[in-house]
Amino acid sequence: MAAGREKLDPLSPLGRGVLALLAAIGAASSFIGRAVWATITPPWYGRPLLRQLWAMGYLSLPVVGLTAGFTGAALALNIVSGGSRINADQVLPQIVALGITRELGPVLTALMLAGRVSAAIAAEIGAMRTSEQIDALQTLSTDPFHYLIAPRLLAGLLAAPLLTAIADLVGLAGGWSVAVYHLDFDPRLYAERTLDFLSPGDVGVGLVKALVFGAIVALMGCLNGFRATGGARGVGRATTQGVVTAAVLVFAADYAITYLAAARP
Amino acid sequence: MIGDDVLVWREVRKGFGRSIVLDRLDMTARRGRSLVILGASGQGKSVALKLAAGLLQPDAGQVLIEGRDLARQSAAGRKALLARTGMLFQGAALFDSLPVWENVAFRLLNAERSSRAEGRARALLALRRVRLDADVADKRPSQLSGGMQKRVGLARAIVADPELLFFDEPTTGLDPITARAIDALILDQVRRLGCTAVTITHDIASARRIGDDIALLGRGRILWRGPAAALDRPEDPALDQFVHGRAEGPLALAP
Ligand SMILES: Nc1ncnc2c1ncn2[C@@H]1O[C@H](COP(=O)(O)OP(=O)(O)OP(=O)(O)O)[C@@H](O)[C@H]1O
Ligand SMILES: [Mg+2]
Repeated sequence: MAAGREKLDPLSPLGRGVLALLAAIGAASSFIGRAVWATITPPWYGRPLLRQLWAMGYLSLPVVGLTAGFTGAALALNIVSGGSRINADQVLPQIVALGITRELGPVLTALMLAGRVSAAIAAEIGAMRTSEQIDALQTLSTDPFHYLIAPRLLAGLLAAPLLTAIADLVGLAGGWSVAVYHLDFDPRLYAERTLDFLSPGDVGVGLVKALVFGAIVALMGCLNGFRATGGARGVGRATTQGVVTAAVLVFAADYAITYLAAARP
Repeated sequence: MIGDDVLVWREVRKGFGRSIVLDRLDMTARRGRSLVILGASGQGKSVALKLAAGLLQPDAGQVLIEGRDLARQSAAGRKALLARTGMLFQGAALFDSLPVWENVAFRLLNAERSSRAEGRARALLALRRVRLDADVADKRPSQLSGGMQKRVGLARAIVADPELLFFDEPTTGLDPITARAIDALILDQVRRLGCTAVTITHDIASARRIGDDIALLGRGRILWRGPAAALDRPEDPALDQFVHGRAEGPLALAP
């Protein structure tokens, strides 16, 4: 019967696709709404929050630091070797400062967190879902959104800006050391020009991005883990989807925030 | 009537996708008694228990606790009804990120906000009741054997003195001696503490020991119900087939 209808109406697969997409967006929105509600209403669980801050924040320091340091250094080299054609090397400290604080610091930190944190969250919550631990929470009068989701969202909101601030510092230092040790810049002059040039707005835009990215990274891990079905394969799929959706949304949000910030200089 | 019927499944239907698991299930757990659910694998026993614990919602029909329809309660009302239940999952479902004692004390620590010292003390008592040594308290669930995990799950279900207990195969995978001890524990909960227990088991001897009422579940509904004593000389053909494990009979299982 259904097949007969399909033949009559070639648009029905398209309609189903649109409906499925709308349903997915609706489900994600209601999940995010519940997550935010659980974060701003009691009960709050201290221990899970501390555990997440440790896992997301402290344990991400090495990878975030290394990424930022190498990127700052590479950026400085690129500007001098490629940018000298347009005299960009004259403003090396300024370009490095802009690139790191407004764009690379927050985005690279978020990508590292998507790889480390979204994946870990999706895998852990997915395993809890498929082994009925989330059901068990409910039978123990504990709301999974309060106990599992809220601490992760809060930790993401706290850890991402802090890590981004650190990534900014390390990234600037990476640029500085290349300039000083490779390109014979005067160390003091380079530092002074960086500090004179940077405005609170540059760093601020980056930290606002980091806040949004932190929420994306935590929520995409939680959302995909929470919906996992079907054992080990389901958990694997949830993990992949957690990382991919987090990374894509980070780039989309990066553009949106940059656009909004540029509209109001 | 309602005063005695703590938990009622009334004309409950539940399916997943196209397969119907429960079809007009009618079943009752009476106050202060032990109901044992028997039935072949895959017949929806665990699903029936999860419906009663509010983890699944029926497609039609009602699940009533203390005469109140779970599906029609506010979130707070449902929470209040379920606050006095305890559940042992078929797969134990322990929190693998927490040590054993925090698993057992979970409800005390997180829902009742007991101190950690009190939670630990009560967890150790509950562990002793399921015949586990105090030295497992600080291990992780993954370091325990399957039977030990099951008993930790049992301790977690009873630690906060619930009135309504759900046990999904509490003695599966246990040696006969420990299984006997667990049977005694379940009986103790019912006889001494006045709890109402609903237990799923495949072990007829255990069902005979701990059951007051027996329900045989098959084809999505109750095929037979009656007193546990009937297990000794089953007259119903379906019950007879199940108790004696006969291949032939009314309980046609999928080949
Ligand atoms: N979450 C679910 N999604 C889809 N199907 C399910 C789900 N839970 C249970 N089922 C199906 O419902 C049927 C009954 O499952 P249930 O776990 O209740 O069986 P059971 O009687 O407890 O069996 P056993 O004695 O083996 O534990 C099975 O066919 C199972 O495939
Ligand atoms: Mg089962």
